[in-house]
Amino acid sequence: MSSLPDIFSTVVQGLGVTLQVLVLSIICASIIAFVAGLSRVNTNPLLRGFTGFYVEIFRGTSLIVQLFWFSYALPGLFNIHLGSDIWVAVLAISLNYGAYMSEIVRGSIQAVAVGQTEASVALNLSKFQRMRHVILPQALRMMLPEYGNYLIQILKATSLVSLIGLTDLLYYGNIYRSTHLAESPTVYVLLLVMYFVIALPLIAFTRKMESVSKKGVAS
Amino acid sequence: MEPIVQYKDVHKSFGQTEVLKGIDLDIKPSEKVALIGPSGSGKTTIIRMLMTLEEPTAGIIEVNGENLWQMEKKGEWVTADENHLRSIRGDIGMVFQHFNLFPHMTILENCMLAPVLVKNESKSEVKATAVEMLEKVGLGDKIELYPAQLSGGQKQRVAMARALMMRPKVMLFDEVTSALDPELVGEVLEVIRDLAKEGEMAMILVTHEMDFALDIADRVVFLNEGVIEEQGAPSEILMNPESERLQDFLGRFTSSR
Repeated sequence: MSSLPDIFSTVVQGLGVTLQVLVLSIICASIIAFVAGLSRVNTNPLLRGFTGFYVEIFRGTSLIVQLFWFSYALPGLFNIHLGSDIWVAVLAISLNYGAYMSEIVRGSIQAVAVGQTEASVALNLSKFQRMRHVILPQALRMMLPEYGNYLIQILKATSLVSLIGLTDLLYYGNIYRSTHLAESPTVYVLLLVMYFVIALPLIAFTRKMESVSKKGVAS
Repeated sequence: MEPIVQYKDVHKSFGQTEVLKGIDLDIKPSEKVALIGPSGSGKTTIIRMLMTLEEPTAGIIEVNGENLWQMEKKGEWVTADENHLRSIRGDIGMVFQHFNLFPHMTILENCMLAPVLVKNESKSEVKATAVEMLEKVGLGDKIELYPAQLSGGQKQRVAMARALMMRPKVMLFDEVTSALDPELVGEVLEVIRDLAKEGEMAMILVTHEMDFALDIADRVVFLNEGVIEEQGAPSEILMNPESERLQDFLGRFTSSR
């Protein structure tokens, strides 16, 4: 265990990349989830169909394969280069998790009691005002706890990016282990602890949101 | 006097089931009309179509002489779009069986939302009116509470205040006491009675409170299996029901009391 500071100082070099991918993925996945979720409850069948297709494709295939595809197949096949590897990773993770999370958005909107829409119609609110002031505020409260859950999952998904050559926590852990085979247990315990520490604020957020969502939604 | 609402041979089907089989009904400004009839007779559907919550399968509904569900486009009559519906339904208000208050807003915010958003009235003026309105329904000391903190009767009184904020010319009441505990029915009926006395607003009440309906209504309309079976002044309907079905229906009410 005397080498623990050594291991830490190696692995921590990957912290920046892990956090960068995490934050960017959370932002992009959230935007995608909202746009896709709202599209799926839109009255336009074309928009609904297209978004449904996207959601099923990305939910139904593996994230690792999607990562490889964006990283290796896309440039090879169509000569499309997505710039730096960080953005390839962020794109794959947010498209994948955005698809899952759009289902929470859609489900929460549809879970708001139909009487709420009817009351808004009776008060002559426009479609936009109905969504903005009556439906979404209630749907948001409902979706928050599960949203927090997905943020934690996104964190864990970021550990896959070392497979396309990004130098994150796991990447540096593997590097260290390959030269110090006997230290494998310590390396991975340290990695587990580090991921857990990063997850702590996300877990706290989820807890907090659970209590928020219990307030003021009862019909 | 020109009617404010006119139903002209209005039909409504849900799937294969025809719930309304040709309704002709005129409502005059400030008239109080009670819709009675067995459950499933289509009473609620009649007012929901006027509130634009259900589209009629056939027939015409007019508000102030304007066709509610159809509009003229390039010389042809087509199904009304959202803008057309909005331009007309501003004169209609509705109170629901299950209140449908907005749970994420205080009762003051519930009352202020629509006037501020839809009528673009100034917040301070709307607030003053809302407080006045909530005082009128006896909830002046509760304006900062959320709906979940109120009893059913209080919720329904808020719902009425909220609907009144839009100053509708016609107010629809959809079995507004059916979801209430018996001891809370009185306070809600009291508010409706006061509104009826004030006079200028037309009211259509779908109700099972027979005594109350007969008491405040100018006209009682008896609906049975999707058609208007009989209508008239409350005293006529109660004392001399012509059709056998109405006699049956009223008989069931008196025997269950």
